[in-house]
Amino acid sequence: MKVALTSRGNNLDAALDSRFGRAANFLLWDSASGAVEVLENTQNLNLAQGAGIQSAMRVVENGAKAVITGHCGPKAFRVLQEAGVKVYLTQAKDGHEAIRLFKAGELKEAAAADVEGHWT
Amino acid sequence: MKELLIISGKGGAGKTCLTAALATLVAPCVLADCDVDAADLHLLLKPETQKSEPFYSGVMPEIIYDRCVDCYRCYSLCRFGAISILTTHPRILADACEGCGVCADQCPEEAIVLHDRHCGEWYMSSTPCGTMAHARLHPGAENSGKLVTAVRQAAKAAAEAEGRELLLSDGPPGIGCAVIAAMTGVDAALIVTEPSLSGMHDMKRVAKLARNFEVDFQVVINKADINPELSDEIAAFCRRNDIGIAGTIPFDPLFTTALRQGKTVMEYPDSVPAQAIRQIWQHVQEKLL
Amino acid sequence: MKIAVASGKGGTGKTTLALAMAEAMAEGCTLLDCDVEEPNCHLFVDVEPWQELPVAVSIPEFTDNGDCDGCGRCVRACRFQALARLGKRVLVFPEMCHCCGGCVLACPHKVLREVPFDIGTLQFRHGPGFELISGVMNVGYAMAPPLIRQLKRHIPPEGLVIMDAPPGTACPMVTTVRNNDFVILVTEPTPFGLHDLKLAVATLQETNLPCGVIINRADEGVALIRDYCQEVKLPVLLEIPYQREIAESYSRGGSLLTVFPSLRVSFRTLLTTQIPALLQAEGRL
Repeated sequence: MKVALTSRGNNLDAALDSRFGRAANFLLWDSASGAVEVLENTQNLNLAQGAGIQSAMRVVENGAKAVITGHCGPKAFRVLQEAGVKVYLTQAKDGHEAIRLFKAGELKEAAAADVEGHWT
Repeated sequence: MKELLIISGKGGAGKTCLTAALATLVAPCVLADCDVDAADLHLLLKPETQKSEPFYSGVMPEIIYDRCVDCYRCYSLCRFGAISILTTHPRILADACEGCGVCADQCPEEAIVLHDRHCGEWYMSSTPCGTMAHARLHPGAENSGKLVTAVRQAAKAAAEAEGRELLLSDGPPGIGCAVIAAMTGVDAALIVTEPSLSGMHDMKRVAKLARNFEVDFQVVINKADINPELSDEIAAFCRRNDIGIAGTIPFDPLFTTALRQGKTVMEYPDSVPAQAIRQIWQHVQEKLL
Repeated sequence: MKIAVASGKGGTGKTTLALAMAEAMAEGCTLLDCDVEEPNCHLFVDVEPWQELPVAVSIPEFTDNGDCDGCGRCVRACRFQALARLGKRVLVFPEMCHCCGGCVLACPHKVLREVPFDIGTLQFRHGPGFELISGVMNVGYAMAPPLIRQLKRHIPPEGLVIMDAPPGTACPMVTTVRNNDFVILVTEPTPFGLHDLKLAVATLQETNLPCGVIINRADEGVALIRDYCQEVKLPVLLEIPYQREIAESYSRGGSLLTVFPSLRVSFRTLLTTQIPALLQAEGRL
């Protein structure tokens, strides 16, 4: 299964980016092989609006079945939920810690967006 | 480097005067004027522009009249009244255009092309208090959130390059996209309010936004003595909601007097506002940064 | 006659003045609160609305009938990121939609159609003498212009209409002032006031609307605004002296006319004589 982590850098050592839509990068971690693929999010990062939606579509299109991030807004959450992608929210400091918690089953699946979207 | 955002919700609460006063106090620092719709910080800090960049956002259609056959399909499809057919050929009314691109997409002759829309400029300037990033949005232009992001990125890059410890950012009014663009990821925020019905109403909305974005913030009550009862009410609201008060500033015509001379109140070091602002800064350093 | 009260900057006293003008004109006057993001006029007119009307816009709705082949033309047509495609399904985000209809036109399979979507309400109140109509945008929706356009459809055919415009010089302000007979710009005699007045004047020049200035909180610095107005031939309509009592009264929700009863006559003269004379002189009336 592919899991997308929001990251400030381009490997698991880098800090987890607490934002989803405007995350610096997505790390696509393959739970079977442990391989990590970097998806840059520069284009969405600079979008005036709708970054959450575009980022969610990108993650879905790249085959992720779960997302691990700090916070997720309502629009991104809706796209992910409709696509059957599970969302896990964590305060983990970096990719390694997030994955360790994920493997240990210590991350709880989010039932709803935890932050309000931009247009509030 | 820490980024401190000064914000208010309502216009006229004293946000820009406080930002400029703090900048004078902590100089050298880096400044970002994120109020791109009505940037005012430069009036107090007299920047010398070092660099200017155009800002583009959205699209603007142009009709290629050689190809246009006057079928008026663009006119009949435009929902915004942005195409006029008062003349023989259709004409684009730029100020009404929302940039949806329907006219171009649906033109059977491909006679309409879309250009990036030039919406304003952003600048890097030097001021007596340090480098400042600021911008000017063209009248009637939208998407100030994206321009705010550009200004903040430029300011951050400057702060890092110059090794400054503080980035002071003057936020836009309201609670819309521009405010959120100014708020995401800052280290701390000061919400400037005044004791009036609308001041209090708008402060609560900004405070809610800051909570949602997990920004550490405190409140400054400006012109506190204009209505002591309401000031008390604001203070009580803050206590109930576990919001710290960084300080209060009494109403003082010195703000206007100083502003007229292009000065900040810190240039009158013994004045009541200057003392109040020094206390606020001390409090911010201890409790927020 | 339709007169908009605007200012480039918030906090200049625009709402206070618009309310006081409506109060001074009383019978036959309608006040439109076009600051739909933060409508404040009703805070000073303490009565319940006698009528509330919902305001809707047209947004696309996806019909999941199996005809969608996931071509993505709708998503590409949308320049506001209001649509997301997931395989052969389309999600619509109403709060991002500008209601241009582009996606419906772009869809070759007719799986998108337009349906109404509520964006706010219009509230009608009997004020002291005048009628107040406020546009109130739903929280979570961010596009003021469609609501302002709906609000302006309720302008009565006769009588004086005063519109309290949103602050700034962006789309909501331009949407409000468009098709008015005159725009009153409210400013204060500080460098900020002057700078924002210049921005507002530049915006109005593009719309070719006649305008004049009211200098609020006029004190010893008033020459700053007067000189600029003279230089660009902008009439100064009225100067309202600075008094701390006004700020105190405002903070309690009080009217400007209580502090300055003489302004009642000044406003009546301004609206019934001064402005029509200006329009006549410019050949606009």
